[in-house]
Amino acid sequence: MSVENTVTTKTSSELVNRDKPIKVKPLNKVTIVIRLTLLSLVLLSIYGFLTFDYKDVGLIEGIAASIANFRVMFTEAHFSHFNFLEGLHQVFITIGLALLTTLIGAIISLFLGLFAAQNLSTVRVSNMIKSFVAFIRAVPTVLWVLIFAVSAGLGSVAAVIGMTFHSVGYLIKAYSESFEELDEGVIEALRASGANWWQIVWQAVIPSTITYLVSWSFLRFEINFGVAVAMGAAAGAGGIGYDMFMASTFYLDLREVGTITFYILIFAILLEVVAIRIKRHLKTV
Amino acid sequence: MQDKFFLKKRLNSILLFCFFLAITYGAIIITEYNVMDGFTSVPEAFRWGISNFYPTQSSLEKLPNIMEKLIETLLISIASATIAGIFALIFAIFGSNTTKINTFFATISRFIATLFRNIDVAVWSMILLFSFGQSALTGYFALFFVSFGFLTRAFIETIDEVSNNSVEALRATGASYSSIVIHSVIPSSAPQMLSWLLFMIETNIRSATLVGILTGTGIGFSFDLYYKSLDYNSASLVVVTIVIAILLLESLSNYIRRVIL
Repeated sequence: MSVENTVTTKTSSELVNRDKPIKVKPLNKVTIVIRLTLLSLVLLSIYGFLTFDYKDVGLIEGIAASIANFRVMFTEAHFSHFNFLEGLHQVFITIGLALLTTLIGAIISLFLGLFAAQNLSTVRVSNMIKSFVAFIRAVPTVLWVLIFAVSAGLGSVAAVIGMTFHSVGYLIKAYSESFEELDEGVIEALRASGANWWQIVWQAVIPSTITYLVSWSFLRFEINFGVAVAMGAAAGAGGIGYDMFMASTFYLDLREVGTITFYILIFAILLEVVAIRIKRHLKTV
Repeated sequence: MQDKFFLKKRLNSILLFCFFLAITYGAIIITEYNVMDGFTSVPEAFRWGISNFYPTQSSLEKLPNIMEKLIETLLISIASATIAGIFALIFAIFGSNTTKINTFFATISRFIATLFRNIDVAVWSMILLFSFGQSALTGYFALFFVSFGFLTRAFIETIDEVSNNSVEALRATGASYSSIVIHSVIPSSAPQMLSWLLFMIETNIRSATLVGILTGTGIGFSFDLYYKSLDYNSASLVVVTIVIAILLLESLSNYIRRVIL
């Protein structure tokens, strides 16, 4: 009896072993790294929530108050410290800041980007520019603006220079990577036919990467619009951001904050639509 | 024929140049930007920076305080991006053309993402200041909303790019909606999504400084405090710690990207 029993259990356990599904996803390095990264992000988030400085603000009450505030902001928006046209003027100041920084940044980055691309310059120059640019990008824009504001004073000059710095850091990286994607054969062919460096750049490199350059620049313009709003609030650069800052922290006027949010939202969505149009147009050309 | 081609090309370039010149001029007028000051202020700022903007022995004593704020800011950036990633995944599955349930839900989730993404993080933080005050939650939610909007759009594009064929194949074999999503869509787009998530964390740390200045929390508040009390040596120490943190994080996420993509 007992012998029989062991026999049956053995066969059943063997059967179970055979029935195990074949491992379709072997545990390779990629899955391990993905899981470890996700796990550590989740753990750090939980640890963060446990240690945050809440200052006696309840999560639930805060969310409830926010929802009530959103309702007031968006349904009862009004003008009190400026009228419709003045608000529009402020938005155009913000757009002007974004435009100026993007254009200046694009021109500087175009030339430095050529020297930062490895196929157009030497390895040493390229690495030097790239590491310098990585440093520029690591300092947040608002800090650049505030640092320049010490010598230039708070205002549009410091804002434009500080924002240009960060735009240059961003655009050099984007441009030089676009240049590096260029087919090596094109450059070689032109070089073999006796073209000099500038001729290669103007006749081959820029025409064949112009679509990337335009879409990266416009993307930066979109980012710069947001940054310009923020600089108006945090660094006294003027424009709609400054009105937002005043309405929010001085007048405590929730309804006016709603109006300003509408202005910013409408223009940001408009820019996004234009960006999508431009991209589609460039793809078809 | 050829003459006209080049003439046309040149005319086009001249027109484009004039157009940019005009809008630049317009932008200079409307922002009251002083071009001469712009040129002279750069070398001036560097001269000032070299002579004033460096950490000294006395400012190093504030390092533990600064590190504590920096870690809090890092945790806020990570937590906001991670939680936003979870919500964005759900909205992206409903919003993507390959995995949507119906057009109504897809339109709604895309609309919500557009709304959240296009309000700048500075604007969000000033709005949330009304309900959360000067607590860490203001910055957290400001970063969360923007991350959520951005990640939803990025995830939708990832799903559409990666999983079109495999979803069709699975649907043909009669797999249910949930098993298509769990076994095909999520695994095949996970590496790309993780890459976006890491990018969002990097962006959030930069934005967190700005949010901190506006709402009086975290590392941004430390900088603002030293900056406004003219203690430039300590302020420069804050900048140095931020730069080191961002560069370390960038190299870590670049390593992860190299392995998974």
